[in-house]
Amino acid sequence: MVAEQGTPKRLHFDFVGAVLWLVRILAILAVVIGAFVSLTSGRLSAAAWLNFVVIGIGQGAIYALIALGYTMVYGVLGFINFAHGEVFMSGAMVGAFAANSLAQAGMWNSSPILSILIVLLIAMATSTLVALLLERVAYRRLRNAPRLIPLITSIGASFFIQYAFLGLFGAQTRTYPALSILDGFISVAGLNIRYADIMVIGAAVVMMVGLYTFVERTKAGRALRAVAEDKEIAALMGVNVNRTIVLTFAVGGAMAGAAALLFGVVFRTVFFFSGFLFGIKAFTAAVLGGIGNIVGAMLGGLTLGIFESVGPSLVLTGLGIPSAHQLKDVVAFLALVLVLIFKPTGLLGERLSEERA
Amino acid sequence: MAQTTKTPTAAPPGDLPPTRRNFVDLVMAARWGLVGGATATFVSAVGMVPDFDGVMLVDPILTLGYLVLFLVPFGFGYVAARPPMTLQGQEPARVGPRNVLAGAVAGLVTGLVLIIPVLVAANLNLRSVFVNLSPAMVETLTFGQTVADSEGLVIPAVGLALLIAGCLVAGALGGAVNVVSTRWRQAILAGLLWVLTVGLLEDLVMQFFRGINLDALVGVFFAPGGGLKPLGTIIVFVLVFSLRLLFARRPPRIKARYQALDQAERRRWVIIGIAISAVIVYLIPVVLGGFMSEILDLVGIYLLMALGLNIVIGFAGLLDLGYVAFFAVGAYMTAVLTSSGSPALSPELTFWAALPFVVLAAAVSGLLVGTPVLRMRGDYLAIVTLGFGEIARILFLSDWLNPVFGGAQGITQIPSPSIGSLELNTPPQFFYPIIVLVFVAAYITWALANSRIGRAWNAIREDEPIAEALGVNIVTAKLSAFVVGAALASFAGALFASKVGAVFPNSFSIVVSIVVLVIIIVGGMGNIAGVAVGALVIVGLPQLLREFDEYRFLLYGALLIFMMLAKPEGILPSRRRVAELHQEEMGQDAWLTAEPEVELDQARATPATAKD
Repeated sequence: MVAEQGTPKRLHFDFVGAVLWLVRILAILAVVIGAFVSLTSGRLSAAAWLNFVVIGIGQGAIYALIALGYTMVYGVLGFINFAHGEVFMSGAMVGAFAANSLAQAGMWNSSPILSILIVLLIAMATSTLVALLLERVAYRRLRNAPRLIPLITSIGASFFIQYAFLGLFGAQTRTYPALSILDGFISVAGLNIRYADIMVIGAAVVMMVGLYTFVERTKAGRALRAVAEDKEIAALMGVNVNRTIVLTFAVGGAMAGAAALLFGVVFRTVFFFSGFLFGIKAFTAAVLGGIGNIVGAMLGGLTLGIFESVGPSLVLTGLGIPSAHQLKDVVAFLALVLVLIFKPTGLLGERLSEERA
Repeated sequence: MAQTTKTPTAAPPGDLPPTRRNFVDLVMAARWGLVGGATATFVSAVGMVPDFDGVMLVDPILTLGYLVLFLVPFGFGYVAARPPMTLQGQEPARVGPRNVLAGAVAGLVTGLVLIIPVLVAANLNLRSVFVNLSPAMVETLTFGQTVADSEGLVIPAVGLALLIAGCLVAGALGGAVNVVSTRWRQAILAGLLWVLTVGLLEDLVMQFFRGINLDALVGVFFAPGGGLKPLGTIIVFVLVFSLRLLFARRPPRIKARYQALDQAERRRWVIIGIAISAVIVYLIPVVLGGFMSEILDLVGIYLLMALGLNIVIGFAGLLDLGYVAFFAVGAYMTAVLTSSGSPALSPELTFWAALPFVVLAAAVSGLLVGTPVLRMRGDYLAIVTLGFGEIARILFLSDWLNPVFGGAQGITQIPSPSIGSLELNTPPQFFYPIIVLVFVAAYITWALANSRIGRAWNAIREDEPIAEALGVNIVTAKLSAFVVGAALASFAGALFASKVGAVFPNSFSIVVSIVVLVIIIVGGMGNIAGVAVGALVIVGLPQLLREFDEYRFLLYGALLIFMMLAKPEGILPSRRRVAELHQEEMGQDAWLTAEPEVELDQARATPATAKD
């Protein structure tokens, strides 16, 4: 809350400020030196680096879709729905069962597009259902509670959903059947872009454009923005606040379900814990773009994906750290910390109502 | 206020109708039954009912599995039959057979819904998807009355009828809870709760009887195959029930009597109290034996962490989800400083010589984590500290730091602490250093709570901008909370490392942070006794009940949600917490009690004039 009041003009020595500046300088130095060493060593060709970027964009598109759920709930209700990663996981898990039964029926490879659409619908329906149940059972009664209470509730919900899935579906990893039309790649100017990445990016763009149009152009979207701005005034203007909040969760859940299908088709394995790290990273993406800001979530997701895919090889290997790929998650978390130190409002700025900022 | 017809008999205050119908809605009850059916189906499909069926509570009658199963209709029966809320000035709603009926309806619907999973599991093999929709589940749900393999649909009719009848009775009982007066209800529930506790903690109670050389009692209470004997059940129930009825109205006045004493007397009683507790503490591991001491050691280690996190979250209000990082730092520092097998540097200090360095390292790491997050909003802080916790684990695991911390192989050969020439390496012996450090931590907590910095923490937790405006140094207050919390966690880490004798990165996953969080939330934030109870329940219980272990986190998650919805201040709350979390309600109460007479007089006056 202090950060939002602008930098205080103090004459005496500011310990925290000094430390933060030190962190900033060190971070910049590390990135610059690491990148310089990596690039001048000629370890990887320019095309290889670009490939990292493309893979990062593919991954980032999935983060972005999940981040939308975080950012919309944060914008409207002002708390981190920690269990949103599990909403995503539930879609991926149930989608895996659907995909496998389609594969058994022989449809998966004979009419791949249709089967993907079916599984997409199932995954979206599952995630939406889980998100709505969460809202009804856990969050509805906490709308006016102190801020940390719904956050703690959502941590509980996150663990509950994870272990409920463990109990219901077992601990083993579930795999999606391979999709032969996604094998192979096209080469553009020395770049090998996998079909899977193209599909993910394309699908994500379609979803995001759809969501953006929904929020900015439709009546329900306007109600959503009004509720995010001020619940009480929105209610006075005749907006059904309760229905709008439910809609927020439903849309966030549906986006997570779509992300779940893309994740399943690309990474092909899912188990009950898959949602946890992915969820935290998607939240990082939401913060990176500016929480409450829908376009920001998309941008943040892509940025984080690229950071994560390029960062270890570029910066960490350059600094002489062995097996940098192990530290992929560290890069993601450090990105979050650094964003919050450098620019806590994110790349595109926060969109929160006055009382919350 | 449209109510103008008055009955001539004594008008209740507020001019509400003097008697109210029993408003319990049967359609609503049926809907609760549907929710109950979904819950019961979930509990069965997740595997709890068949898994817990092996745990006998009351020898031939009740297993833990059936308890869990029938608790669902019981609970929903209770909720469905709850009388409507009584407002100030209103006469409480009448209760009667209708409440029991509503409970029975909820129970019946629950039972009817349960037909679906039974039929599905009996006829289809879905185990490749739902791993627990197994024949074992069907057998448990139908009380073993499965029908032999036949052509076509398998319908275990007798079993299903029993199941539905059981649910109906459980629901009716739940509804009946509403009818009984508070005093009797509390006595009955206390009796049942103790029966369950004794049945569940069978091993503990038996070990206790053996420890105090009363082996004969074991045979009286417990059946050889596990569980209480019917006779034992009745003894426990009647004992608790009558005690509760007799003493319900006489709360202990120890505190008031203590405050009435003068200075010298007080000091004497404090010394006597300390002496008695010291003897009890000395006797605990002796009486409880190796296995129980092992569990207590673990509880103590978690309690140490919880006391530290209590300072960070409960006092200063900083939701730190990466608390495990400090625990890990404590454990790894101890390992590096004391172990002979530490890869890079091994000064091989003794445990006690290493402890100051360990605490110092943790304090520094507390500063390192605390400084960058100082200016973040509460919820951002939670996620960032969570990130720090994961970063710590990944770094300890990574190849990069492998030369110092041993990567996935960890560091082994950590010596046990010793006092003089006595090496403390068995669980009962290890209990003593743990309990000493727990008392130190509890003392630190208590002393800090009442100090200047403690008040500063309270202030920033309640309202940071105002606290700052009033001259509280936010930076010092927040950083000191992080440092003290980190130091206490490092105690726990040091003990953990030397107790296990080895450290591995995977012992320090995010789950540890969450468990500690659950402890302080369930126990009651800001209250030492609450945290201790929380640690016993959250860490001790699952260790005693191995069957619980698989469902630990499911239950923790449910518990977190439930506590936040129902009782965010915890089971043993600090008074200040209650005040904070129920500010609005208390404000209303104060408003109501401030001028009740005027309010009611006006209310009485208005009906005559108000036309609408």
